[in-house]
Amino acid sequence: MANPVSYRVETRTRASGRAAIAAAALVVLAIGLPAFAGRSLLQDMFVILSMLTLAQCWNLLAGYAGLVSVGQQAFVGIGAYAMFAGVIFWGWDPVPAILLGGVAAAVLAIPTAFFAFRLAGAYFAIGTWVIAEVVRLSVAQWKSLGGGTGTSLPREATSDMMFVEPIASLFGLRDAAARDVLAYWLALALALGTIAGVYALLRSRQGLALAAVRDNRVAARAVGVDAQRMNWVVFVAAAAITGICGGLIYMQTARISPDAAFAVLDWTGYVIFIVVIGGIGTIEGPILGVIVFFALQRLLADYGSWYLLILGVIGIAVMLFAPRGLWGLIHDRTGIDLFPIRRRLIIKK
Amino acid sequence: MPILALRKVSKSFGALTVADAISFEVPQGQALGIIGPNGAGKSTLFNLITGNIAPDSGTVVLDGTDVTRLSPMQRCRMGVGRSFQIPQPFGKLTVFENLLVAGAFGQGKTEAEVTDSAAAILEQTGLLPKANRPAGGLSLLDRKRLELARAMATNPRLLLLDEIAGGLTDAECNSLVETIRGLHAAGTTIIWIEHVLHALNAVVERLLVLHFGRVIGIGAPAEIMTSREVQEIYLGVEI
Ligand SMILES: Nc1ncnc2c1ncn2[C@@H]1O[C@H](COP(=O)(O)OP(=O)(O)OP(=O)(O)O)[C@@H](O)[C@H]1O
Ligand SMILES: [Mg+2]
Repeated sequence: MANPVSYRVETRTRASGRAAIAAAALVVLAIGLPAFAGRSLLQDMFVILSMLTLAQCWNLLAGYAGLVSVGQQAFVGIGAYAMFAGVIFWGWDPVPAILLGGVAAAVLAIPTAFFAFRLAGAYFAIGTWVIAEVVRLSVAQWKSLGGGTGTSLPREATSDMMFVEPIASLFGLRDAAARDVLAYWLALALALGTIAGVYALLRSRQGLALAAVRDNRVAARAVGVDAQRMNWVVFVAAAAITGICGGLIYMQTARISPDAAFAVLDWTGYVIFIVVIGGIGTIEGPILGVIVFFALQRLLADYGSWYLLILGVIGIAVMLFAPRGLWGLIHDRTGIDLFPIRRRLIIKK
Repeated sequence: MPILALRKVSKSFGALTVADAISFEVPQGQALGIIGPNGAGKSTLFNLITGNIAPDSGTVVLDGTDVTRLSPMQRCRMGVGRSFQIPQPFGKLTVFENLLVAGAFGQGKTEAEVTDSAAAILEQTGLLPKANRPAGGLSLLDRKRLELARAMATNPRLLLLDEIAGGLTDAECNSLVETIRGLHAAGTTIIWIEHVLHALNAVVERLLVLHFGRVIGIGAPAEIMTSREVQEIYLGVEI
């Protein structure tokens, strides 16, 4: 040990440095978007950003923790209904009531995990879906929230909503347009916060444990990783964010019904499609996937039921020929990581 | 107080008894070798010690504490490190990251705190040039090296090694023996299952023979190797 060798760990790459600058510019642009964008663009962006949030959550579950849930609509729905309950029963302002959605979803996640974690593989997936159906049927019995036909947010709640007044005067907009700006900003904040949170988790010590459990559960336990605890943390956290997102989506639509709020196709099916075509197990994948999904939706809007069929064919083709999604293809060709998590050991002589 | 004690530990898979009332103790700091024919139950014995398999009856005692009902994770944190006979790398993580997880969680430390020791272990086990490669792409030999390295990274007080010397060249085998001797000299208790007897005998001070799930001999290597029972079992097997 004569030569003094020292070691350093690096995660940043040159591409990620540039990406961070580009991302900062994009974020500034996105925040300023309402100053020059029309209502329909903001509404489209709202859909894209809320789907992106759901996709990041599902990706965290399935891509990192190996928890392939097809019952995420349970958390969207319960989040949305909790927001409505806060507004209708307790007179909350809809904006803070969105957070109630997160709490309700986290609470629902606990018994869900308790049952579903006893099931392995495909049974876990089916189990989560069954639980979501049970929750949907139960909520449909809730007469004071409209039962099976649903209900709307009270007019006075939406007209007096927090932040709408200052936004309206800032941009010189009517209230309805100002509400779209508010919803857009909240969706932007939620999507960025979710990406930042997932990235921080993956960069942390817990993220390393999550990757170890994903790769080899038995070996992870043998080196002292609490695999079960990791699953709990990820499941409850993903449910909470999904619930907040559900609250936000239904604040924007201002009308809810059990069939819509607990729709497996909208809140889990499309989300899985986004993650799979974009690239599962990466942060970049869902971002790319949501853009492709939205473009396809626009392109195929006139084809009615062909739309789903074509989506399905594309999904299957990607799974067969590019199992790591579009981002996987790009990554293999270029080696670029926009959100690097690799800990590279650098030797300093 | 012995670091490890097994008291009448039994385990059957259906009609097949793979651990038959096994009792023995390992004093702190000892290097114990385990030999026995294929299918004798050696790897199963490790799994009983680490908690990967629960015994049908009997108790496993670590540092005087009954750990029979504790999980592998808890036993690791109490100081039990192990290698797997069939390598179990974290395939998508790099070699270095494999050690980082083991160091951070096995020792309850931060990544920064275990970086230097992880790098030193990579150097010792000859894996440093491959530190930043995904572990899933390693050759079988390197995967076995990684098993040892990752077990070492948890900084165990009791280290269980399951057939890590097979397939090595003489030079590689010597450096492996050197590494294990170093751990032993530093006070680590070692239990080593190995068919490569010359490597084993270069390290251990006590030998245990397992046959059909039973301990048929335990004692000084010289005595054990010359006993009639062992000679019979190993008849035809190169010593
Ligand atoms: N989970 C299991 N279920 C059923 N049988 C098992 C299981 N694990 C091991 N066995 C059987 O138990 C017996 C002992 O296996 P074990 O792996 O402990 O042997 P070993 O002494 O390590 O052998 P080797 O030298 O080949 O590694 C074998 O016959 C094996 O097939
Ligand atoms: Mg074995």
